[in-house]
Amino acid sequence: MTPPAPASNRDRSAEGRGTGPTPSQTVGPFYGYALPFPGGGDLAPAGAPDAITVHGRVRDGAGDAVPDALLEFWQADPAGNLAGAPGSLRRDPVTGAVMGRNGVDFTGFGRVATDADGHWALRTLPPGNGHISVCVFARGLLHHLFTRVYLAHDPFLDTLPADRGRTLLAEREREGVYRFDIHLQGEKETVFLDFG
Amino acid sequence: MSLTQADIDREIAERRAAAVPGDHPARDYAPYRSTLLRHPKQPPVAVTDPEAAELTGPVFGVTDVTALDNDLTRQHAGEPLGERITVRGRVTDRHGRPVRGQLVEIWQANASGRYPHQRDDHPAPLDPNFTGVGRCLTGDDGEYAFTTIKPGAYPWRNHVNAWRPAHIHFSLFGTAFAQRLVTQMYFPGDPLFPYDPILQSVTDDRARQRLVAAYEHGLSVPEWSLGYRWDIVLDGPAATWTEEGR
Ligand SMILES: [Fe+2]
Repeated sequence: MTPPAPASNRDRSAEGRGTGPTPSQTVGPFYGYALPFPGGGDLAPAGAPDAITVHGRVRDGAGDAVPDALLEFWQADPAGNLAGAPGSLRRDPVTGAVMGRNGVDFTGFGRVATDADGHWALRTLPPGNGHISVCVFARGLLHHLFTRVYLAHDPFLDTLPADRGRTLLAEREREGVYRFDIHLQGEKETVFLDFG
Repeated sequence: MSLTQADIDREIAERRAAAVPGDHPARDYAPYRSTLLRHPKQPPVAVTDPEAAELTGPVFGVTDVTALDNDLTRQHAGEPLGERITVRGRVTDRHGRPVRGQLVEIWQANASGRYPHQRDDHPAPLDPNFTGVGRCLTGDDGEYAFTTIKPGAYPWRNHVNAWRPAHIHFSLFGTAFAQRLVTQMYFPGDPLFPYDPILQSVTDDRARQRLVAAYEHGLSVPEWSLGYRWDIVLDGPAATWTEEGR
């Protein structure tokens, strides 16, 4: 007896799945030992005199803190350059431990998990184009959400539906410190963006 | 009032019958109860600016991973318990172009269905020789590969007797931040598929099939490991000005 052709298994499954994109699934509750890394929110090189802090809380539709959200940040450098640089999670080749950023390059990428109070903080350099892009992941969120933190008024905010533009404008708390809360649902729901 | 599997089955069936075609799950998918207060009610605002910052994205390089990161069976002094497997595939954009040199991250439960996370109180044993975290960069043809063990199914509290089918969590970057993807890979033929509201949140049959890896005998290594193939297609607009350089 001849065994079945080895390729048949794969071909059959290929028929039923089409060729579209791989669907999103929730990040779940247990990403904490895998995705966050030490210094994930410290984009600004140590001692940078123009460093700013952007911080806030993530809240759900009941106004409660979301303690298991993961935020990612992507931004231009102060000159507006969006080329980025490797080395956000620079590793020790001997032990595999995260060594932290190299203190020189601005990678433009940050990753911060919310704490038990739903709070997050980012220490970075002001983006030359005026905003920081944010991607929100959480348990209970089947598909991530994109939004932007604007540090000052921007014409883009005027293009948003009535009054909602202000949900993307950070509040300047004091020199170099900005507050930005993310509301996943509810009256203060943050504007989320779709890039097509 | 406790929610039974029969309640969830009914809701899953209703949502499937009413499904609009789409590749991704709706964020307001009630059978997965944690979505209730965590999905926006306003539609997202379309951004069509060809200069949008999100059409570029973070870059990673050889300093971000180590050579052992893609072998989850070699991160401790001893060998982990479980069925040794390799998972490999290609990452492409929605035009079929390979995604090169980008970061792939995975995390998973151990063979008993337990995560080394303090909030995981499933009374299954931890494995001192298994953490369940891996990373690699995609190659020139978008290829990636991991050696690991097959994760176990595990219970959760969405409803009474809720069990997650075995899965590996995947995190992927494209050339554009707008292509970002976090998802889960499943194993073929798992009897838990119909009962799981997270997998069933993908209501399109063909799209849901794309979350299931294929067992491929040619990828199994004699006397060593079983081989699975799982190709990944990133949605979202790719970067336009750097695609050749990365
Ligand atoms: Fe999981």
